[in-house]
Amino acid sequence: MEKISLEFPAAAPARGRAAVGVVGSGDLEVLLEPNTAGSTTVSITTSVNGMARVWEAVLARVLGASPLPATKIEINDFGATPGVVRMRVEQAFEELNATGGK
Amino acid sequence: MTSTKEQSRGAAWLAALTAEGRPADGYPQTVRVVDGSLAGEPARYITVVPDAENPFPRVRNGEVGLIEGWTLARAVRETIAADAERATKRPIVAVIDVTSQAYGRREEAYGIHQALAGAAAAYADARLAGHPVIGLIVGKAMSGALLAHGYQANRLIALDDAGVMVHAMGKAAAARVTLRTVEELEALAATIPPMAYDINSFATLGLLWRLLHVERADAPTATDVDRVETCLVEALADIRADRRRDLSGRLKQSARRTSKEVRERLRAEWQEG
Amino acid sequence: MNCEELLQRTSFIELSARERARALLDAGSMRELIGPFERMVSPWLARQGVVTQADDGVVVAKGRIDREPAVVLAIEGAYQGGSMGEVGGAKIAGALELAAEDNRRGIPTRAVIVFETGGVRLQEANLGLAAIAEIHAAIVDLRRYQAVVGITAGTVGCFGGMSIAAGLCSHMIVTQEARLGLNGPAVIEQEAGIAEYDSRDRPFIWSFTGGEQRYRSKLADAYVDDDAHAIRETIRAALRAGAPARHRSDRHEDFLACLAAVDPTQQARPDAVRALYKEGL
Repeated sequence: MEKISLEFPAAAPARGRAAVGVVGSGDLEVLLEPNTAGSTTVSITTSVNGMARVWEAVLARVLGASPLPATKIEINDFGATPGVVRMRVEQAFEELNATGGK
Repeated sequence: MTSTKEQSRGAAWLAALTAEGRPADGYPQTVRVVDGSLAGEPARYITVVPDAENPFPRVRNGEVGLIEGWTLARAVRETIAADAERATKRPIVAVIDVTSQAYGRREEAYGIHQALAGAAAAYADARLAGHPVIGLIVGKAMSGALLAHGYQANRLIALDDAGVMVHAMGKAAAARVTLRTVEELEALAATIPPMAYDINSFATLGLLWRLLHVERADAPTATDVDRVETCLVEALADIRADRRRDLSGRLKQSARRTSKEVRERLRAEWQEG
Repeated sequence: MNCEELLQRTSFIELSARERARALLDAGSMRELIGPFERMVSPWLARQGVVTQADDGVVVAKGRIDREPAVVLAIEGAYQGGSMGEVGGAKIAGALELAAEDNRRGIPTRAVIVFETGGVRLQEANLGLAAIAEIHAAIVDLRRYQAVVGITAGTVGCFGGMSIAAGLCSHMIVTQEARLGLNGPAVIEQEAGIAEYDSRDRPFIWSFTGGEQRYRSKLADAYVDDDAHAIRETIRAALRAGAPARHRSDRHEDFLACLAAVDPTQQARPDAVRALYKEGL
């Protein structure tokens, strides 16, 4: 089990929060909460060791694609592929947009 | 009925605590029910014993199977019915020495889960009706068998002995299910109390009301019987003084703080703010 | 069913625990207690190298069902096989206890339990087992006031100490995909040998513990399609019907009479079980 911390530039603080996914085999849960302006922090706990560079690359793509709100992201991962990680993170941001603050 | 074979612990303690009381008629070999006394008042004692000749082939080592589950229910519900019109409900003592639930095709087919639910419901209903229910662990207290016979008690007492253990699954099966070796499981259990099998580790979890040292847990001496009887009498008084008929007594020790915290948060959040 | 009906179905099985709870409560009424953002995780898993889930695999959702106060306890089968640990178990037991307390104060809070669980979480063994005993106690308490409705839909099913909890419910609802049994097939095979129980023989397993078999043997009360709407309606109907005059768990006389007719020297057969219980229960 490994813990990885990452940080990315971001826009204004997110409004509201979102929780998606489950810590099932090949899956992950993603929790989004507001952060201070300009920065998105990601805390990852993963069952698969040695993949820090892959996490950095995948998240850089997802979070760097367009200006996203500043969030605290918590990821609890049980061996998801990069594709599934991307899907869940995008799903979390979609839920944030949909609920707009709950 | 006497036997020259070695008695199980459950049988030995049942006999000792009821002064060799005669088991009630009409019960199967595996469920022994004795109407004895406690603190001078009538009390029903119940235990499950092994029957090497049991017609159900998977219930020959002291397991709780289909018949045992429903019979435990019967033994307890008869007591509830007998005291239905009485203000003072008699105590029920579950003498616990159960290897496990029964594992078998017949058991799954006929719904052993439902039979064990029958027993658990009966004990819980007895407690809710005001019967003091005491669980006395003298040997193994495993998994579904314990859930059916003893785990609904107001107070749990265990003997401090190497042959006394509480757990959710036997080691070999637990190892297989968690994809570890038995050695790995034992290593984990050494530092993670809820995973351990021994009663001293169990005692650190805050679920027991008392842990009693005795000289001969498998064949009690007169001193042992005295000590346990005294403890049962104290448990009875403690239950009667409590007025609460639920299992909240198990939340008192500090080891249960996480379980308590969950309940406190639920309570705080229950009403819409 | 035609194409349009098929397309409009929402599979209940495919929903997460959170989505299932939402689907069962009146629209817009769901309010989650001790949700993931409170991060009440298992205190025991990290040291064993197991990644924790923020809600410990149990969703407690308060709301309304048919406009009456209700709480749905939904177990996430995808997390550690839906197994019960200290925190998740306490969430279920604690919520049921509060529901019973509500009823004693005149508030008719009812509970629905979505069972998707293998039983005790072995990484927490004795704490999981103890929590399950507390769940049993709370169900027996609450069902004096309101029907306690349980459902197991699959794919995990309902096993272990939680199958006993299912046996305590006032109504049990099952799907074809579901299984309801005490011991997992692998454990029976381990303990009793492959001739007694082949854990890789799926049709064999479902023939004894599958939803349809349980329903036809009167060990479950309703048998539904894997459709969220149908399941919602079945639960509503069960709650409206209320608890039965005698809970199945209280019918020791009937069950003992049935079992007295069983020849234990013969191996069990699904059709014999159905015939026996249909007649005797």
